[in-house]
Amino acid sequence: MIKKYAESVIKLRWVLLIASVVLMLIAASGAKNLFFNNDYHIFFSEDDPRLKAFEDLQNTYTKNDNVILVLAPKDGVVFKTDTLAAIEDVTERAWQTPYSIRVDSLSNYQHSESVEDDMSVANLYEEASELSADDLARIKDIALNEPLLRHRLISEKAHVSSINITMEFPKEIQDENGVTKAADPTKQVSEVVTEVRKLKSYIEKTYPEITVYLSGIVMLNNAFGEATIYDMSHLLPMALLLILITVYLLLRSISGTITTLLVIVFSVVTAFGLAGWLGIQLSSPVMSAPVIILTLAVADCVHILSTWLSEIRHGKDKKLAMVESLRVNFMPVFLTSLTTAIGFLSLNTSDAPPFRDLGNVAAMGVLAAFIFSIFFLPAIATLLPVKEQKKETHTLKVMSSFAEWVIAKQKALLIGMSSIAVLLIVLIPINELNDVFVEYFDDRIEFRRDTDFISQNLTGIYNIEYSINTENTGDIADPDVLANIKKFTDWLNTQPEVIHVNTVTDTFTRLNKNMHGDDKSFYRLPESREMAAQYLLLYEMSLPFGLDLNNQIDIDKKSTRITVTLKTISTQQVLDIETRVDQWMDENIPKLKAIGASPTIMFAHIGMKNIISMISGTTIALVLISLILVFALKSWRYGLLSLIPNLVPAGMAFGIWAIINGEIGLALSVVTAMTLGIVVDDTIHFLSKYLRARREKGLGAEDAVRYAFSTVGVALWVTSVALVAGFLVLATSSFKLNSGMGLLTAIVIAIALIVDFLLLPPLLIKLDAWLNKDSKVTETVLAEIKTK
Amino acid sequence: MKIKLLLATVLTVSSLGLYAETPAEKGLKIAQAADVSDQGFSDFTANMVMTLKNRAGKTSRRIIRIKTLEGKGDGDKSLSLFDEPADVKGTAMLTFSHGLKPDDQWLYLPALKRVKRINSRNKSGPFMGSEFAFEDLGSQEVEKYTYKYLKEEACGSGWKCHVVERTPAYKYSGYTKQVAWIDTKEYRPVKVMYYDRKNSLLKTLNATGFKQYAGKHWRPATMAMQNHQTGKSTILQWTNYKFKTGLNNRDFNKKSLAR
Repeated sequence: MIKKYAESVIKLRWVLLIASVVLMLIAASGAKNLFFNNDYHIFFSEDDPRLKAFEDLQNTYTKNDNVILVLAPKDGVVFKTDTLAAIEDVTERAWQTPYSIRVDSLSNYQHSESVEDDMSVANLYEEASELSADDLARIKDIALNEPLLRHRLISEKAHVSSINITMEFPKEIQDENGVTKAADPTKQVSEVVTEVRKLKSYIEKTYPEITVYLSGIVMLNNAFGEATIYDMSHLLPMALLLILITVYLLLRSISGTITTLLVIVFSVVTAFGLAGWLGIQLSSPVMSAPVIILTLAVADCVHILSTWLSEIRHGKDKKLAMVESLRVNFMPVFLTSLTTAIGFLSLNTSDAPPFRDLGNVAAMGVLAAFIFSIFFLPAIATLLPVKEQKKETHTLKVMSSFAEWVIAKQKALLIGMSSIAVLLIVLIPINELNDVFVEYFDDRIEFRRDTDFISQNLTGIYNIEYSINTENTGDIADPDVLANIKKFTDWLNTQPEVIHVNTVTDTFTRLNKNMHGDDKSFYRLPESREMAAQYLLLYEMSLPFGLDLNNQIDIDKKSTRITVTLKTISTQQVLDIETRVDQWMDENIPKLKAIGASPTIMFAHIGMKNIISMISGTTIALVLISLILVFALKSWRYGLLSLIPNLVPAGMAFGIWAIINGEIGLALSVVTAMTLGIVVDDTIHFLSKYLRARREKGLGAEDAVRYAFSTVGVALWVTSVALVAGFLVLATSSFKLNSGMGLLTAIVIAIALIVDFLLLPPLLIKLDAWLNKDSKVTETVLAEIKTK
Repeated sequence: MKIKLLLATVLTVSSLGLYAETPAEKGLKIAQAADVSDQGFSDFTANMVMTLKNRAGKTSRRIIRIKTLEGKGDGDKSLSLFDEPADVKGTAMLTFSHGLKPDDQWLYLPALKRVKRINSRNKSGPFMGSEFAFEDLGSQEVEKYTYKYLKEEACGSGWKCHVVERTPAYKYSGYTKQVAWIDTKEYRPVKVMYYDRKNSLLKTLNATGFKQYAGKHWRPATMAMQNHQTGKSTILQWTNYKFKTGLNNRDFNKKSLAR
């Protein structure tokens, strides 16, 4: 049957050639629907309770999409006229940023004080160039002693200061005809970034003494896009080049290399075109798919082309050679494509939508590669001219002596490999969860460098927000509530991870002092509810545009937001402090208990959530792939045995990871399921050849091992090297989710080869008696199939 | 034919010459006419219910009684008495509005039993956390803006409106410009669009339910302010308008606040 197909493929090669190109183009036209989404929210599924808590918080208070501009004067002095004038100027200009709704800086900080028994609320300073030395000293004193400013807008050492621009991005926009349509968040972000970078270059040109650093949520979102652009322009060409060189070295045929190039390009284009038709959004993880598809598609081509070329070298006509190659390779290529696709499809159980998308796009790419390999490749390859080259390969000899060595040392290998495997698997728990989103980017990305500077010099980038809800309207002014919030704030400030706590109680104590002629003894909470409410009313009435209290208090004065800024700490430490805060609230303020919400918290949980959600995905993939193996090998005993070379590599790789890196999280949670479908290919090839020798040729276990090595040893070696190389290219990504995934996948594939070469053969020999207990039945069945 | 054409041209040119007002002049004229049309109300009192709504759809209510005394030569004087929320009941605010000078404002705090001056160059800030800024609610003196007439178009319930762009003359205003729809017949302000400092549309005010009081003065029953950037909104509902109630300057001083 397969032979029939192979012959008709050659007969209809022109039709297939054109049909393939047409199909590819139809699929590719879906690309018009593709757009890149750089919003960090896409990493969370809509029913994520922490995302929900965070969205509620965003709907209640001023949103916290922001850009932080940090101004660092070279001499490290903020409180001098030049620097303060620059801050004042930049603050004014910052209001021009698209979508800005609020700007906070030293200059427009609404300082309240008692003046002639009245409360004065005004900018901390104005017209900085005219400030006297006394003024400067007074302003410095106020700023460094104000809890709302220190560690937030001004560093403790007074050497850097920040300007915070808050944005509100509309979800819908109206075009010129007044028609409402959905806004493009990626475009909005890039509009802001363009303006903010213009502002940065303005500052550095006008005030050469000042260096500017940019961070904030908007810059984070932008970094996802920039990291992807960097990767696309650096990694993709590198991967392509590497693969073409490998293929050429292997096949020694220019036509073969061109054919391979066409197949892999077609596969990538088809996968992304289909993604467009399916409405899949592009994101940084999805953009690792081109390299993955390229790498995997090569294997199909190499298998078919190498058999074809070797048949030609043995004197066959190129059409007949292709028929033979297809006959031999159709089943293995089909099975390996199927298992690989299943591995990727299992990513659909991931909790993070971008990884589901990655799984689906890669699976479509793998299946497209299969289709193009069996229809398009034979057509184009037989149409291109082939130059014959007689070449003796020495590798075959190397393989057979390697087989001898494995058989001779089987006992030592069995014990040695098993102990190494166990040892590495035992190391797995040393890995620590870490999903620190700033570290998703490496130093090549500006966001990472600037954010590192800010967290070293001014304030933390990680925070947790608590929306404290009371029972009734206006309860925020209740003395008991305020006392409890203050207690909470004071406790938070004693925690080692905490840099800053932004709390409304600081405003109330300051107002109370102002209302009593700035008497320091009144720097405490107001005594009665009415006093607190009325002071707050007076203060609110005095605030200018954009600087209202809605960033801290809801419209009903029923809830207040407390923002806890943390040092740069690991995910584990974030989870620790979250738990500690929960416990403290349970014990001390159970009625006011709130759950922590923020991107930091959401990312802190994302790794573990995904590891748990991927357990089911990995299990499903494992069961399906094992069933396919049982079917392919026609023996449940061999199917069972194959679990060892399929699962052990991932286990060992995580053990090695514990030694070389030790941090796992979102990206690595998908590696086991993803690699399962890839490493199983080696097992299929090795075991099927082994079984053919054992069953058809009636060879003993050791001779069957020799046969397997001599037939597929070289091919396995070469495809594994190509795969490892491809994923190592991914490992150089500037985006940690992709680079970590690439590196670990490369390790898994390398170990899989080692296990297939060094552990599987000794196992097959050792367990031969058990494996072939019920072989008589299968052998007859096989013989029947064979004769058909 | 030729003569007719010539005549038409001459007429057109001369009419252009006659009414060759610049848009600025025409805008100013409309503002002045609007000002004149409401002159002579001497004083009025009214009740106001203010309902705030946030993005999540949660609402919050404030209730305020307003007394206003017409200014002679200078801006109006007004007294706002807060009834709700309960925590600020009895709080009262006195405002002497001026043209380009900052307004004078005092707040009586019953909890402290003291009158405190509000240092208020900050007219751009929100009034009681609402989407209305002080400058939206204060009396609209002619000299607070420069004007530019834009066009005439249909508005409200079958009315015609002058559309006038006005640029705040006040340095600390929160806006770069406002576009106001004022009906051609009675000079009722039907709609105002506010543009923020980066000249983006910030919010829109729609006034409806206009009624005439004391045979002359038109006041709306509802003023709805929608913030386009934050999705928050505020609705003011006015009831119990009374004109010419006999209020005088003695009702509008610091002492009167505590009553």
